[in-house]
Amino acid sequence: MGMFILRRVGVMLLTALCLTFLVFYLTNLYPNLEKLAKTQGNFRMSDEAVASWLEKGGYLQPTPVKYAEWLGVVPSYRFEAEDGTVTGRCILPGMEASEAPRYCGILQGYWGWSTVFRDPVSEIISTRLALTGKLMLWVMLLMVPGALIIGVLAGMREGSPLDRSLSTFSITTTATPEYVSGVLFIAVFASSAVGLKWFKGTATSAMENATFENFFLPVLTIALYGMGYIARMTRASMAEVMTAQYIRTARLKGVSFPNIVLKHALRNALIAPFTVIMLQFPWLLNGVVIVETLFNYKGFGWTLVQAAGNNDIELLLGVSVVSVIVVLVTQLISDIGYVYLNPRISVT
Amino acid sequence: MEDLTWTGSLGTFLDPLLFVLVPLFALAVVARILLSFFEPDTGTQANPDGTLVATGGIWSLSARIMTWLGAALVVLVLLYVVLGVVMGTGAGILGGISQRLTPVWIALIVTFWVSIHFKRRLGLYGKLFDSTIGMIGFGLVMFWVFVAVFTGLFDWIATHDALSQVSGMKNKGPGIPLRGAEQGEYPYYLLGGDNLARDVFSRVIKGSTIVIAIAPLATLFAFMVGITLGLPAGYYGGKLDTLLSFLANLILAFPVILLFYLLVTPEIVLTGLPQYMGVVLFAFPLIFFGVLIQSRFRTQPEKNSLWLAIVLIPLFLAYMSLINEDGSKISFWPLDFFDINAGILVVFVSVVFVNSPTVFRIVRGLAMDIKTRDYVAAAQTRGERPWYIMLWEILPNARGPLIVDFCLRIGYTTILLGTLGFFGLGLPPESPDWGSTINEGRKLLSIYLHPALPPAIALLSLVLGLNLLADGLREESLRD
Amino acid sequence: MKDAHDGPILEIDELSISFFTRLREIPAVMDFSVRVMPGEAVGLVGESGCGKSTVALGVMQDLGKNGRIVGGSIKFKGQDLNTMSQDELREIRGSQIAMIYQEPMASLNPAMKIGKQLMEVPMIHADVSQKEAYDRALQVVTDVKLPDPKRILDSYPHQLSGGQQQRIVIAMALMAEPSLLILDEPTTALDVTVEAAVVELVKELGQKYGTSMLFISHNLGLVLETCDRICVMYSGEAVETGDIEDVFDQMRHPYTQALFRSIPLPGADKNARPLVAIPGNFPLPHERPPGCNFGPRCDYFEEGRCDAVERVPMETVPGDERHRSRCLRFKEIDWDAPPLNVSTKEKSEPGRVVLKMDELKKYYEVAANALFGGSGAKKVVKANETLSFEARESETLAIVGESGCGKSTFAKVLMGLETATDGAIVLDNREIQDIPIEARDTKTVADVQMVFQNPFDTLNPSMSVGRQIMRALEIFGEGKDDAERREKMLRLLDLVKLPREFADRMPRQLSGGQKQRVGIARAFAGGARIVVADEPVSALDVSVQAAVTDLLMEIQREQKTTLLFISHDLSIVRYLSDRVMVMYLGHVVELGTTEQVFAPPYHPYTEALLSAVPIADTHVEKKHIVLEGDIPSAMNPPSGCPFQTRCSWKQKVPGNLCETEVPPVRIMADGHQIKCHLADAEFDNMEPVIKIAAE
Repeated sequence: MGMFILRRVGVMLLTALCLTFLVFYLTNLYPNLEKLAKTQGNFRMSDEAVASWLEKGGYLQPTPVKYAEWLGVVPSYRFEAEDGTVTGRCILPGMEASEAPRYCGILQGYWGWSTVFRDPVSEIISTRLALTGKLMLWVMLLMVPGALIIGVLAGMREGSPLDRSLSTFSITTTATPEYVSGVLFIAVFASSAVGLKWFKGTATSAMENATFENFFLPVLTIALYGMGYIARMTRASMAEVMTAQYIRTARLKGVSFPNIVLKHALRNALIAPFTVIMLQFPWLLNGVVIVETLFNYKGFGWTLVQAAGNNDIELLLGVSVVSVIVVLVTQLISDIGYVYLNPRISVT
Repeated sequence: MEDLTWTGSLGTFLDPLLFVLVPLFALAVVARILLSFFEPDTGTQANPDGTLVATGGIWSLSARIMTWLGAALVVLVLLYVVLGVVMGTGAGILGGISQRLTPVWIALIVTFWVSIHFKRRLGLYGKLFDSTIGMIGFGLVMFWVFVAVFTGLFDWIATHDALSQVSGMKNKGPGIPLRGAEQGEYPYYLLGGDNLARDVFSRVIKGSTIVIAIAPLATLFAFMVGITLGLPAGYYGGKLDTLLSFLANLILAFPVILLFYLLVTPEIVLTGLPQYMGVVLFAFPLIFFGVLIQSRFRTQPEKNSLWLAIVLIPLFLAYMSLINEDGSKISFWPLDFFDINAGILVVFVSVVFVNSPTVFRIVRGLAMDIKTRDYVAAAQTRGERPWYIMLWEILPNARGPLIVDFCLRIGYTTILLGTLGFFGLGLPPESPDWGSTINEGRKLLSIYLHPALPPAIALLSLVLGLNLLADGLREESLRD
Repeated sequence: MKDAHDGPILEIDELSISFFTRLREIPAVMDFSVRVMPGEAVGLVGESGCGKSTVALGVMQDLGKNGRIVGGSIKFKGQDLNTMSQDELREIRGSQIAMIYQEPMASLNPAMKIGKQLMEVPMIHADVSQKEAYDRALQVVTDVKLPDPKRILDSYPHQLSGGQQQRIVIAMALMAEPSLLILDEPTTALDVTVEAAVVELVKELGQKYGTSMLFISHNLGLVLETCDRICVMYSGEAVETGDIEDVFDQMRHPYTQALFRSIPLPGADKNARPLVAIPGNFPLPHERPPGCNFGPRCDYFEEGRCDAVERVPMETVPGDERHRSRCLRFKEIDWDAPPLNVSTKEKSEPGRVVLKMDELKKYYEVAANALFGGSGAKKVVKANETLSFEARESETLAIVGESGCGKSTFAKVLMGLETATDGAIVLDNREIQDIPIEARDTKTVADVQMVFQNPFDTLNPSMSVGRQIMRALEIFGEGKDDAERREKMLRLLDLVKLPREFADRMPRQLSGGQKQRVGIARAFAGGARIVVADEPVSALDVSVQAAVTDLLMEIQREQKTTLLFISHDLSIVRYLSDRVMVMYLGHVVELGTTEQVFAPPYHPYTEALLSAVPIADTHVEKKHIVLEGDIPSAMNPPSGCPFQTRCSWKQKVPGNLCETEVPPVRIMADGHQIKCHLADAEFDNMEPVIKIAAE
């Protein structure tokens, strides 16, 4: 087992390296840097001025070198101006060059400086991530049990009216992306045009103080889209298990129907959806971005949109690293959990 | 002119019916679901004398009530549509819309009539008409296909131009007559005007052409890529599989939205990166068809060259025209027949890029399963080359799950396109595509519902149709 | 659970079961009656699709959504099961009627420990404590002769071998000491020697617990070994019932007779006494003929009489109360007359040597941990160990062995799908062992072809029959253009006796036997000289087997083909092969002519194999040898002689020779070799396994 986890972690690190490099490469393409220079300097900079600005920031080095610096495995770039002052990534304003550390990448905990929020990236990400964590927690609490119950109920008697209605429900939710369901919910439950006004159409106040009124709609919007998918997987898996020979064996052993479902079918039926739930994370992140934008909830997804929209390179890099790592860790958990759930796979 | 109501003169006698039927039907459905928890396992029981008794009582009663109410509802809706076609705006907004959609209704009726008439001779497609779910899904999908075709090719259905603004129509609700309508101009904004005073109805209708043009084509390309890479990965296994699977997982681990934000920006377009990706991705159909023909006619060189020429030369020309664009990084080919808008191209490329790894994984799994069959072994023992086995022995037998996934994936691509529009990525800002329209409409959502809801419902119905279609296909292909 | 009940345990009376599809009602069982007395074992025999499993499920009242009992009654200890409520049925299921199925792995819950699955039965029905249930489980697992019962109770199903799993399924059925046990092809998925042991166990336990049995099988020999009475089914109807000896020796239904004539019994011979195949095909349930269902295939069919009645009634055979037959003419037929239209053939002489194996070895390297492998220790699997033999023109060489014996690997190496590790394969004086199939010239590839086992898998489901054969012709460079190839393809269809219209059909429209014929046609497309037939008939029904076997023999005779016939079925091997090679775990343990191999001296494994094969002939007496345990895994073979773990002769060899050394190849007679340590004297004293009692 140890060997297996070690291998998985190795692959995960490699994947993370590749992905962050890709993000790094894409964010550091010349047009992006040029735009950065112009927003940081002024918009009427000449091409030469842009080049010298970039030169000064060390942006013109080869990408692998810049990437290594950003990671913190090579000493970071320093620029010595003609007047002898030394500037560099590691040298914070008001700091002597000699005092500053030589390495300052994410390995050293230095995530860079956000040009939009004018704050250290690590700080922004930690606060925003906490907010999104709160959202995700409630989403998971609503989505996973809901999806599993729907799936199991639908799959235990394939073709029954219960199955048909629940399946139609899950198909409809998978066909409703967050930006559609969110709009529909706001229209029906929050707009003054319909007049129900049960919930609030924005979740900004939920950042401080989440209540049912201001938080339920965003949670429901994310949960519904994922719910249908997981429920369909569970249903398919459950329906397949229910036709298995060993279920017939159990039935002909005299086991009652509720016991067949609970004792014999459930564990076997949940093996496949478990992986699906874990692999939902990349999709959930999608939903988070949409919903946070739609409901103006300033969490991680909202930050991503701000960073990307405003060419905030370091923040965007930080956001990408975190999201990639979240995705990879859930994949790892899903792999390990799968082995634990499924007795047929033995790792020795 | 007066404002139109939703149902016009029909409202007086049909609306009360509707208001009675809908809650009743909803009640019947809920009752049926609740009852089904307690329904006995077997629907019928045999008596010793050989007769059969259906489980009677409350269960069959609830089923019957639901069926009848459902049928009544369908009839009612049909009445709205048919009378709308006849009476036009006399039957209110719905009547007006229904009348504008007349060519679509006719096309749908013809399609269904022909298909049902010949369904026994049409293979899997014909079997679709045995499944209610499949038929509903197919109907929804074809509805939008016809809308897109008639609008895109003949400019039939939309009432106004999707981009032109009419003063005084800003944020006006549905059914408001056009101020100062000229002769020959459609006198109403059927679904109202948006915050730039454009006709919502026409924008939704025009938006369908964008989706219907891009989504299936992008999915098709994603399938070409996924199949061309997935087959060898599954068939050979080993190092090649490890490498390709690693790459696929790499893309899959990338949150889609982040990828879009990185890839679909004007800056990236300037670097030519999407074009280079296009060069690679669009080459796959060429490779696919080349190998397909070559492996089939390996032993007959004459036929081989003939077929290769017939198929590959047009494909090659299309390919070169596709990747070449004047004034961009790639513009060396003289025979450039058409140019694709850079924004559209980058959207297309990213959607293909995002979808291919999933297709790859499905194809790989299917190939690994099918390669253990005896007919594959038989092909190996008569000395067939690997690509023949992959493309002619394995692929045709994997078609069932692939067709189902194709439908689902078009739906998913539609959602992705909507997401791009929603974030204002790629497509031009004025574009009437559904995602952009929803995004524009949502800003005033708490006051004005009419600009955001129609595109949302349109997108929902198309994706739902595709999902239902896929479900019907899956069910029918599993049967017998 | 034993209540006082005399009279039949199970009484099925005029039972009819139908399945309902969207299009029509399909009758699966019609007018079926059978009676099982206490302690009696009744065999239900028939080909696939005859409705025998449906009867079993009908008894259990578990026909699924589409199946319904449409007539008749099923009485269990006098109570009609048809009118029982679900709760009453649940009481009976598992406690009084238990069922055992074909696939042991599939009938055990993969995510539940064996112990829990066993204990569930008494806990539901007898309402006993956890402790009592565990004790009972332990006792039953000991009864089914599994080693280390405690460990077994604590393991998951996948940790056991197929034979062990089937014993667990039997144990589960016996947990509540049911009065009736229904066995649905309980041994079909197992290897012959394992099957023999399981059958032995079932018989023994049936006697011990006094359980009545309904034994469903397609194998007449197996039914003879296990049952007291038999019921032969054809196309949804019982056609003949009676005591087993009566039916076997004095059958009174043409179908039963045809069935016996189409299976290879000892004494059958491909030249002098060939099998008689039943003409035509099994009718599909919705295409049954009017009148007698067997009519169109029957030698005794009388037009205007056999097809004039709506349903032929079941009638008692005069002089035997319990023997009944469903035939209008059975009193007129001369049952002792020899079969008509049997043509005996000249024995063809083997020609020159075309294929020679010389010390062929094939080893595989596999990762020790297959699932998460890649790094870590590699393991060498010796799939073929020093294979040496010659095959001649128009000779049939049978390769016999159970799973894991290396016969499939050998076929792969010969075909060029794998290259040999060591040794040589000489085809027409050319060594081809190192040439993979891509590098072989068309002629070589076309010369060595293969017929596959599973008819449902052998043809590409999405290509028409004609196209598949034409593709083979294209690849083998036969014919100049499509028209010529089409002509050749049609002639190949003639060769395998299929109508020419079949060229445009899709494989799913063909029956199993027809598909297998197409497979044969495809193999002979390039004029193959050596054909490897990998269990070509084992997945087919008995009556079709004979026809396909005959076809192969006929083509062989015409084309002087060398046939390498891979099989585990010794009856068919004895019937058609000239020489036999017995393999066990990659080793050739015995090689010789058919007469030599089927007569003493035997290799101990051959002896056990012969004893294990059930023979449907009441005159045959078999020596009783039951092998202990399962076939070891090829990944982890025993040291020394591969067979030493299960050998019943091992103690006759002095010292621990068997455990330490691989036995030498001993030449017993001209061309007869055995790989064994036994002394010559022991070999001389061996008795024949199969004796045919004088009539």
